[in-house]
Amino acid sequence: MALTKAYKNTVMTNVELQSLINYWNPDLLCSEAESQFLNITVSPEYLHELALRLKLTPETSFDFLFCLTGMDWGLELGVIYHLESTTHRHKLVLRVNTPDRENPVLDSVSDIWRTAEFHEREVFDFFGIKFNNHPNMKRLFMPADWEGYPLRKDYVDEVNMIIK
Amino acid sequence: MGIETTELGKDFPGQVIPGGNGGNIVITSLDKIINWGRSNSLWPLYFGTSCCAIEMMQAGAARHDWSRFGFEVARPSPRQADLIIIAGTIVNKMAPSLRRLYDQMAEPKYVIAMGACAISGGPFYYNSYSVVKGADHIIPVDVYVPGCPPRPEALLEGMMMLQEKIRTENMKHKLNPIDGFDKGI
Amino acid sequence: MITACETTGIKSQEYFINMGPQHPATHGVLRLLLTIDGEIIKNIEPDLGYIHRSIEKICERESYQQIVHLTDRLDYLSAHINNEAVCLAVENGLGIEAPERAKVVRTILAELTRISSHTLWWGVMGMDVGALTTFMYGFRDRELINDIFEETCGARLTMNYSIPGGLMFDIHPNFVNRTKEFITHFKSKLPEYDTLLTGNIIFQKRMKGIGFLSREDAISFGTTGPVARASGFSCDNRKHNPYSAYDRVQFNEVLSDVGDTFARYQVRIQEMWESISIIEQLIDNIPEGDVKTPTNVVIKLPKGEFYQRVETARGELGVFIVSDGKKNPYRLKFRSPGFSNLSALKKIAEGCKLGDLVAIMATLDLVIPDIDR
Repeated sequence: MALTKAYKNTVMTNVELQSLINYWNPDLLCSEAESQFLNITVSPEYLHELALRLKLTPETSFDFLFCLTGMDWGLELGVIYHLESTTHRHKLVLRVNTPDRENPVLDSVSDIWRTAEFHEREVFDFFGIKFNNHPNMKRLFMPADWEGYPLRKDYVDEVNMIIK
Repeated sequence: MGIETTELGKDFPGQVIPGGNGGNIVITSLDKIINWGRSNSLWPLYFGTSCCAIEMMQAGAARHDWSRFGFEVARPSPRQADLIIIAGTIVNKMAPSLRRLYDQMAEPKYVIAMGACAISGGPFYYNSYSVVKGADHIIPVDVYVPGCPPRPEALLEGMMMLQEKIRTENMKHKLNPIDGFDKGI
Repeated sequence: MITACETTGIKSQEYFINMGPQHPATHGVLRLLLTIDGEIIKNIEPDLGYIHRSIEKICERESYQQIVHLTDRLDYLSAHINNEAVCLAVENGLGIEAPERAKVVRTILAELTRISSHTLWWGVMGMDVGALTTFMYGFRDRELINDIFEETCGARLTMNYSIPGGLMFDIHPNFVNRTKEFITHFKSKLPEYDTLLTGNIIFQKRMKGIGFLSREDAISFGTTGPVARASGFSCDNRKHNPYSAYDRVQFNEVLSDVGDTFARYQVRIQEMWESISIIEQLIDNIPEGDVKTPTNVVIKLPKGEFYQRVETARGELGVFIVSDGKKNPYRLKFRSPGFSNLSALKKIAEGCKLGDLVAIMATLDLVIPDIDR
């Protein structure tokens, strides 16, 4: 059984990543405030293209999506993606927001990272965000006929929840 | 036989459904033999959903062996079981399956609610939209074993209490505990 | 859908079977919808949510010390490591560090938890493929570890010994001696277990050559832990993002190239040896001092996002706290290892037989409350 292999380790610092991504698209907002990783806020239209580019470019090669979180920011709904590269070991955070609370729609990244299939179903189940081009968009944890999206901040359930 | 009842206060929120096993009546010797046979070979049905299932497995393993009491054949099939041990939290989505399993068991059947989650919802009582606050909303329970999770010795004590309860049964007057359960007697 | 069998002219038909929520081989309440043709599986779809206890919603109304108590119930076989993850995330947010004594004791308890979880896995896996003896042997050793935990932490399964800032109280005076006795006893038993199952020709034929997962698929599906390491993906958080006392011990990350069920089994057995070696390096050198750094009674994290990754017995657990300065978190997300490992099941198990599916589920080592949260 082989032990650890040595991969080519050319980790990019946050400054280098930021300059590369701003070179691709100068309009993106990059910041490191209030977080331990580099955060990039991207608009919903540009999300899929940027994600594909981040995976396929050899210097960045972000091939490991290790966390996909749905968020309810009060007025907007959003998703946060935590990415890591297995060859270079640098990490990045992508953020997407949408102001539409009635019918929020985002692009799916499940063709880039297969792990997103289950994670996006979970986000749909809890927040109501639908993802385009997803192979199986339906509820995951709640029963299929459940009404409402439980993890939203304005979710009220008189029958089941006993609030303390 | 050592089973005591206490007077409940007027503001007690729950309802105690009478056992209906015909206890406290003179037991004939035929009843004694049948009860002895039934109580010493109860076969449990595993219904472990979460953490209490590990302590239930430990109760069946080598140190706290439950087969010395007669609970030897613990199988996952309800058709061969006398006793269902609900070990773990019951969730809204799982509740119909639990009811169906209980209905598939043959009478006489008994239920032990193990752990705080099965008794009353446990640590998930407040602020949770999906937990059923106690397994006795779904099926009638005979013995409650508290703890989070209860030690294997506590589970064994609960099972022995159930054995004592069975020894006081009277076949002629025994009621089916599920009668009237859904309407809420 | 009817497919004709050309050699014999018999028509076979796909049918639908429910491997229901209450089943002895799914290790919890998991429902699998199987479409099978004879014995060959054509499609698997997992149906989750039968133990969904809405822990993330509950955590939005609890204080940070109370959240530590709920994390034990997520993946209850690595209870100590889950507690440690939340405590480390809160400590990072507050900018404090636990004292050295607390770090070393946390690491020793984490490795004992890992051995206990792998022993239970080994016992139950043997039971799944038909060897009931392994159940009794595995649980016998697990009882010894439970005794150590009970003496020091107070509970056998849901320990709650770590708090943000360190440990709740100091270790019992017997802790070091009992751990050393356990290590000596276990080192003589582990080769016995190895020969019992690993050298068994029937076991090998059941395990070798099924359930392949390639390295690219392992990364794309986000699998971590022994499942990914058996396919060659190096993802051990104890090496890549070290925490507690892992940066001062020497141990190997166990990888394999093969990627089948037998490789996953061998990786876990080898990990138990590595855990024993970590405990041996630390048990004699526990530094003296305090066991906790004082914090306020009401902990308020500053505004921001904090992510902590730890290595549980099943893979990478991530705790993601989004805080807005109040005493409850705004959003708390647990990135659970079983969730991603389960999403790879369809790829691993398509085309195999029903009996192989049971063996594959056993080596994936899923704990369903961890997936459903």
